[in-house]
Amino acid sequence: MTTVSGNLATPSSTPASKIVLATAVVKSWKSPIALGIFALVSIVLFGVFGRDGTSSFRLSSETDFVQLPVLALPTRAAGIVLSILLVLLAAYATWLAYRARRVNLWLIVVFALIFMVGFLSWASAGHTMPVTGLLVGSVGLSVPLIFGALGGVISERVGVVNVAIEGQLLAGAFVSALVASATRQPFLGLAAAMVAGALVSSVLAAFSIKYLVDQVIVGVVLNVLVTGLTNFLYSTVLSPANETLNNPGILPRIPIPVLSGIPIIGPVLFRQTIIIYIMYVAVIAVWYGLFHTKWGLRLRSSGEHPQAADTVGINVNRTRFWNVSLAGAIAGLGGAYFTLGSIGGFSKEMTAGAGFIALAAVIFGRWDPIKATFAALLFGFATNLQSVLAIIGSPVPSEFMLMLPYIVTIVAVAGLVGQVRGPAAAGKPYVKS
Amino acid sequence: MSDSQIPTQGPVPTPGTVQGEQPAPAAEQPSRFSGVLREIASGNALISVLAVVLALVAGAVLIAVTDPGVHAASAYFFGRPLDTVNAVWTAVSGAYTALFQGSIYNFGRPTFAAGIKPFTETLTFATPLIAAGLGVALAFRVGLFNIGGRGQMLIAAAAAGWVGFSFDLPWGVHLIVALVVGIVGGALWGGIVGLLKARTGAHEVIVTIMLNYVAFYLLAYMLRTPGLLQAPGSSNPKSPAMKPTAVFPHILGPSYNLTLGFILVIIATIWVWYLLSRSSLGFKFRAIGENPHAALTAGINVKNMYVYAMLISGALVGLAGANQVQASITSGFGSGIDAGIGFDAITVALLGRSRPWGVFVAGILFGAFKAGGFTMQASQNVPIDIVLVVQSLIVLFIAAPPLVRAVFRLPAPTVTPRVAPAKISGKKAVVTK
Amino acid sequence: MKLELRGITKRFGALVANDHIDLTVEPGEIHCLLGENGAGKSTLMNVLYGLYQADDGEILLDDVVQRFSGPGDAMAAGIGMVHQHFMLIPVFTVAENVMLGHEKTRAGGRLDIAAAREQVRAISSRFGFDIDPDALVDDLPVGVQQRVEIIKALSRDAKVLVFDEPTAVLTPQETDELMVIMRQLKEAGTSIVFITHKLREVREVADRITVIRLGKVVGQASPTATNTELASLMVGRAVELTVHKDPAKPGNADLVVKNLSVIDHRGQLVVNNVSFEVHAGEILAIAGVQGNGQTELTEAIMGLQPRVTGSIMLDGNELRKASVRTVLDAGVGFVPEDRSEDGLIAEFTIAENLMLDRSNGEPFVKAGTLQLGTLAEFAEKTIVEFDIRAQGIGTHAGKLSGGNQQKVVLARELSRSLRLFVAAQPTRGLDVGSIEFVHTRIIATRDAGTPVLVVSTELDEVVALADRIAVMYRGGIVGIVPGTTPRSVLGLMMAGELPSTPEVAA
Repeated sequence: MTTVSGNLATPSSTPASKIVLATAVVKSWKSPIALGIFALVSIVLFGVFGRDGTSSFRLSSETDFVQLPVLALPTRAAGIVLSILLVLLAAYATWLAYRARRVNLWLIVVFALIFMVGFLSWASAGHTMPVTGLLVGSVGLSVPLIFGALGGVISERVGVVNVAIEGQLLAGAFVSALVASATRQPFLGLAAAMVAGALVSSVLAAFSIKYLVDQVIVGVVLNVLVTGLTNFLYSTVLSPANETLNNPGILPRIPIPVLSGIPIIGPVLFRQTIIIYIMYVAVIAVWYGLFHTKWGLRLRSSGEHPQAADTVGINVNRTRFWNVSLAGAIAGLGGAYFTLGSIGGFSKEMTAGAGFIALAAVIFGRWDPIKATFAALLFGFATNLQSVLAIIGSPVPSEFMLMLPYIVTIVAVAGLVGQVRGPAAAGKPYVKS
Repeated sequence: MSDSQIPTQGPVPTPGTVQGEQPAPAAEQPSRFSGVLREIASGNALISVLAVVLALVAGAVLIAVTDPGVHAASAYFFGRPLDTVNAVWTAVSGAYTALFQGSIYNFGRPTFAAGIKPFTETLTFATPLIAAGLGVALAFRVGLFNIGGRGQMLIAAAAAGWVGFSFDLPWGVHLIVALVVGIVGGALWGGIVGLLKARTGAHEVIVTIMLNYVAFYLLAYMLRTPGLLQAPGSSNPKSPAMKPTAVFPHILGPSYNLTLGFILVIIATIWVWYLLSRSSLGFKFRAIGENPHAALTAGINVKNMYVYAMLISGALVGLAGANQVQASITSGFGSGIDAGIGFDAITVALLGRSRPWGVFVAGILFGAFKAGGFTMQASQNVPIDIVLVVQSLIVLFIAAPPLVRAVFRLPAPTVTPRVAPAKISGKKAVVTK
Repeated sequence: MKLELRGITKRFGALVANDHIDLTVEPGEIHCLLGENGAGKSTLMNVLYGLYQADDGEILLDDVVQRFSGPGDAMAAGIGMVHQHFMLIPVFTVAENVMLGHEKTRAGGRLDIAAAREQVRAISSRFGFDIDPDALVDDLPVGVQQRVEIIKALSRDAKVLVFDEPTAVLTPQETDELMVIMRQLKEAGTSIVFITHKLREVREVADRITVIRLGKVVGQASPTATNTELASLMVGRAVELTVHKDPAKPGNADLVVKNLSVIDHRGQLVVNNVSFEVHAGEILAIAGVQGNGQTELTEAIMGLQPRVTGSIMLDGNELRKASVRTVLDAGVGFVPEDRSEDGLIAEFTIAENLMLDRSNGEPFVKAGTLQLGTLAEFAEKTIVEFDIRAQGIGTHAGKLSGGNQQKVVLARELSRSLRLFVAAQPTRGLDVGSIEFVHTRIIATRDAGTPVLVVSTELDEVVALADRIAVMYRGGIVGIVPGTTPRSVLGLMMAGELPSTPEVAA
């Protein structure tokens, strides 16, 4: 929804070197409308259909230095107050749009947070919400998504659309379980997972770069191939010898001294397995590498304007091949989290679409490693919220909570967050013409 | 224009018209025979056959490597190498014989009528594959990648199933109403994608992937909720059985499983052929698929066409979904009713090169793999997942002809293999196939 | 540095793009490479720059034979290139673009952006450029982007600088400034290869001229040669630079455009409050440097632009909010600027392309079904009438030469009964024979009493065709002048200056 009000200025005759065209005033009503709808939902849900009772939030776990008190809110009153806040924010967004100003991202983030608190207190009326547990579980569910999304970001930034994240995760999960069980060396399992992920993505790279096959097609087919292979090998190799070949055990949690004792943050971030610590490093390294190093500059140039990269002596196809392989290695680590980090064994199709959610996180995070990480965390949170609510007795059917990440992604790509623009040359093979 | 009198120094150019056409290639004409051979060797048909062979060889390797008999024999390989060879032969030939006997003709049966039964099974398995494959192929031709087959099938199956078990209608009417409602369900689920693409520019790959999960959870919710799709008196997430009036009749008598569905997909194939090759709508579809900019400039409403294409694509996939509940599994369905056909359809469409009859043949081939795969699993203990591996390898090989040629040391095709010299005023040459 | 090419031959399949080309560029010389579109100039330069490998021949720098396996080698040897389509990454800053490929790094592998900024500033100040190293390239006007390309080449110590059609996107004023820069570079000892097909520029700046045609060197000339001499050398025969045309007999103002504005996706007014009329039986040419709103103007008329204000009246009917289909049905014929992108479907046959904008009803569609017989008959007739050289009507459009492709587009549009004909860049990239054909057809359309709107960035074409000329600059119309207006006045108008006696047509 955009309205345009007429032309404002006529071109002035400044020197020819700088062409500044007159601009029209464009008012975008998308954000106010969306926020308005959510504000309305909150009034109806928290106010009209408000639930009576008290919503409690448990903020501390036993190992914290300081025990924070349980936060108790009267459900209906809290809901009404938060609804009013939401209405005010929506009104502010409307005013901004009316003045033809952009609605800032922070406003939407604050809006979303308030809505979420409102929803949580509404859903947990009469119960106690274990906030720390909720967040710990969210981080856990996000780990493979984050690794997958990092792989996706690298691969798409270098110009190869990566629909095969699912396959890379699955390959990583299978191989890490096998290798870690057979060698009794979890770290060898991690390394093997990286190799497996890299192998899958190097097939993607080879077919799309050397044979110029459509990248989405290769990605989709690779997912099927890896699913078939791991299923087949699981039935023929792993399950007959479950004790020796599919019993890698779970990596131990390593609490980081001091930091792990901080309430909420400690258990969530600093009492985790090695994979999660590797993840922190990976997120920062990918971000730093992409935007502040020679590697990243060349990588992004290959994905934005491969011909320009070629004319300054960058071997585009080689850059693409190795970085797509690297992307697969990172995604493979995410696969290892399924087996070594959380479940302790491989089972058929255990990634269950996580690769696709990771892909969604890449787009939702606009091809930025940090934003994609937050998007993945959001999706992990939604999934975990569903299971927590199921335990305390949620008023919302769990299936609808599970649907949430997917619907949010559809809404996102359908333009609520503006026109998403990926790397210009992603999906296009580079052929010297 | 000033006219200084300095003569040009080069040779005086001779007048003559500039050739509009580029000069015809002056390559020497090979003999007719070798030309034909070359054409066959570099043609698509041969590549397709070789791709299947190559994929079957890869499958054979997998079977041999994981076969317990081979393992046992290879333990004393250096003592009696022939044993290993024999074991490999036994495993592979056993598996592929079972595959053949389960899908084409069983020589072990006394009569032709009994011997040919596996082939009718193949056609039965092929039925939904062809229908869904046509849907994906049609979208391909419009330049859309419909990965949403799974979601469209689930919705279609739920819709057709709901009509099938909850209404009492006369024989014939009931069947048709259920079928139509199923097809409409699939069409609408696909149409959402077209609508979002047309109105907001949301990429259909992302939206279809996300809608798959939305459909899955939606169906899961309905299946466990009494009063929606759950069978009364049951606590399983499963629907009641279809009423007999809504079930497709068997067309070859009760001893064969082949149903009306197969006739329907033959009609669908003819219809899609007409639509794409002979209709105005199909002309517009193809124009957009090849070059949306030119189509737009020529006054074709690209946005509407995206919606129509996704509606039709979803409808065809919906036919597959309806077939699932009206023919394949009539005793009540769960949330896995799509049986992976939505994804198989992509490989079928790719193998059939998005041509209606190509999809038909590809569907039968993959149907044969499925029918034979179950026999192979039952009699030889080779997990049916091998079929997924072989299928995806076939598609990968077909998508990369240079790879197949390199493996078989075939000559590279002549410069323009794809476009046969046009016959002047030949009707066939007027439109692209 | 002295550059010498010896016997360079480059084939693409059966096509010989460069046929034993010899070329010597002395140190500190501006050497013009003159040739028509498709003569093989760019191929030759891509060979020189290492983007293509020559099939035969050798490249010498200061009499040493070079082996370039890629642009990196060429750059290392001291060859720089300012590409026709800028090789800049739009989402990178100027400094990032300049450093790409020879990045300096600090501890931790961190990019040394500061050094790159300094380099940009240093080179800028040497040539008097005013460029912000931290500006995003996407936000810079084309003239400035070109300077970034020059800085990029100079930052690698290029001793031989190749300019590939550098003036195509520049205003006459910017072109003059570029000439000054070229002379500055020359004085600093850089050898320059200047590729162009514009005769005037050649004569202004070149020290020597080499003319190539159909992939071969056909001669050398000195900058004092006349336009006619250069043109006939370039084209291979005596060229009639203007097409014969009778005086126009203008009728009613069939197309009336009033206060038309087009807003692009960034909210810029790419067409700003434009008003003009086109009469039956006249050609109104829209002149101007590429990118001053002409493309968007024609797209607005065709219904291809989403945000348009003002009014477009054809025969008294408002077309502003109309769909493309409605516009076509109102009798508007359209030759789009980018033939292969918007005009044709390469994978479709000639016949299919001929019915592309008539896929809705009679005569090619009845009851939703294609009438292949009718189509074949029509196509057979049309390829004869429009002299489309192809194996048959079943040939894919993508297999045709540019000239024949354009004839297919023309044939499609002109075989309907038209109320308005809009042709954008109708002869871009065509050989001279095809240009004549297209021009003759456009004039014939005018003479049949149809209002014609031609958009062209080539002044030659504007002058050859126009009965009246509207000059666009930064989205606005600077003035509408008679077709006989001198080029010097048009040139000034293209830079945004009003002529002293504006003769604005009613």
